[in-house]
Amino acid sequence: MSLSRTRPLLLPLALMLAFELWARLTHLQSDSLAPPSAILVALATALADLSIPIATRDTLFAAFAGLAVGSAIGLSLGIAFGISRPLDRLMEVTVEAIRPIPSIALLPIALIALGFGYRMEIVIVAFACVWPMLIMTRSAVRSIEPRLMEVSRALRLSAPQRIAKVVIPAALPRIFVAFRLSAGIALIVAVTVEIAINPIGLGAGIMLAQQALRADLMLAYLVWIGAIGYALNVLMIAAQRRLFGRAALAGDNP
Amino acid sequence: MNRAAILWRVASILVAGSFVAAWQLIADLRLVSPVFLPGPDRAWAALVRGFSSGDLAGKLIGTLEHMAYGWLAASIAGIALGALIGSSKVMRAYVAPSLEFLRPLPVSAIIPVAIAMLGLTQGMALFVIAFGAIWPIMLATIHGFAAVEPRLYEVARSLQMSRAAIIGKIALPSALPDILAGMRLSLTVALILSVVCEILAGLDGLGQWVLLSARAFRSADLFAGVILLGATGYVTSIAVSLVEQRLLAWQTAAR
Repeated sequence: MSLSRTRPLLLPLALMLAFELWARLTHLQSDSLAPPSAILVALATALADLSIPIATRDTLFAAFAGLAVGSAIGLSLGIAFGISRPLDRLMEVTVEAIRPIPSIALLPIALIALGFGYRMEIVIVAFACVWPMLIMTRSAVRSIEPRLMEVSRALRLSAPQRIAKVVIPAALPRIFVAFRLSAGIALIVAVTVEIAINPIGLGAGIMLAQQALRADLMLAYLVWIGAIGYALNVLMIAAQRRLFGRAALAGDNP
Repeated sequence: MNRAAILWRVASILVAGSFVAAWQLIADLRLVSPVFLPGPDRAWAALVRGFSSGDLAGKLIGTLEHMAYGWLAASIAGIALGALIGSSKVMRAYVAPSLEFLRPLPVSAIIPVAIAMLGLTQGMALFVIAFGAIWPIMLATIHGFAAVEPRLYEVARSLQMSRAAIIGKIALPSALPDILAGMRLSLTVALILSVVCEILAGLDGLGQWVLLSARAFRSADLFAGVILLGATGYVTSIAVSLVEQRLLAWQTAAR
């Protein structure tokens, strides 16, 4: 039992140890690599002087704000398209024409329209989050047990009541899966926008460390960004299990 | 396609057309400053002008090259590594958890590291695109190999097939649907990372084109570039879906 638990850790630990030894033995001097011990020290220093915590706050703020806006739009469009087949068919070409635009291509447009800062980043993150939400909500709504809709019609629920009392509860487990995926995308897009152009947050921090030739700090940022991505993923999966239990597994295989 | 489907399609195209018309109207009435929002007429003119002068075609080819080389390198390496890891229980137990840990890492965070190692070069862009695109393919391959019907392996053992033969004749074909789905996913990643690398390193391509157009406030050129990027994403993903359907025709036929 103990072996099967520790086994996944063996490879990364061995790699780090080997790298540390190699760096010490060759007295590594490099602009791109640093031994793990130096990375840890840089990470601790940057955490202590609040530069990483502030950057994390900026990145997460932009990512979550974009996620909120994007998933609200995606959710409402997804519900509308899922309920009304004619609407879905009418909008098909429009959606198909806009969706393949890579979110990052909007960056220059957002840049000249909104300038640097939170707003342009939020817009780009929102654009990226709309699509998975829209597509998965639409298919979730469409696969709702038809008898539920019949019951709601027999009860003469109005359209808003039907959405609030039948459609959303029935589709919620799969909508949450879409939300979880969108959250991952939001973080990725936020960091990418910061690395490409926006001078705030973790992405800007790692670029600055690279330009200052601080390999240890740059890799510390990399490790930290990885940890944030991992933590967000673990958190969302835990929330999904807790909120929906087994029901959530139904939609996990798109 | 029956008649109703065609009618819906036409109606849908008309709706999209009316959105373009509304965009034209907004631009003509100057509800939004023309500095930010050119009308579709100006964007189209810029597109035509760019192609007739050859500038835009060159940038498009540049982006397609970055994308294709990085994606192909990622596909080959991803399938090879995935086959290596997925076909061995020991490797799966030791290596797969580390890969799962790395998966949620925003791959663009590797760009500064790549710049520090390789400079602002084509090699850097290739490395970043391949690094980003390899994950979906490799993880899908590992998953596909792990999900092969165990009885097929038993048959292979009783036929005394070599490991290479087992991989080539049994594991790869049955993992193919997973692998192709991973390759389709990573195509989008490759396009996004190509654009980011072109923006950062000033490499010849559409990313550089849209950034320079934005810097010079040439919004018509900028929109032409964005439209072209959308078309690139659309056409490449359709192409991969077609290949996918063709390669997997045996599977639907068997059902």
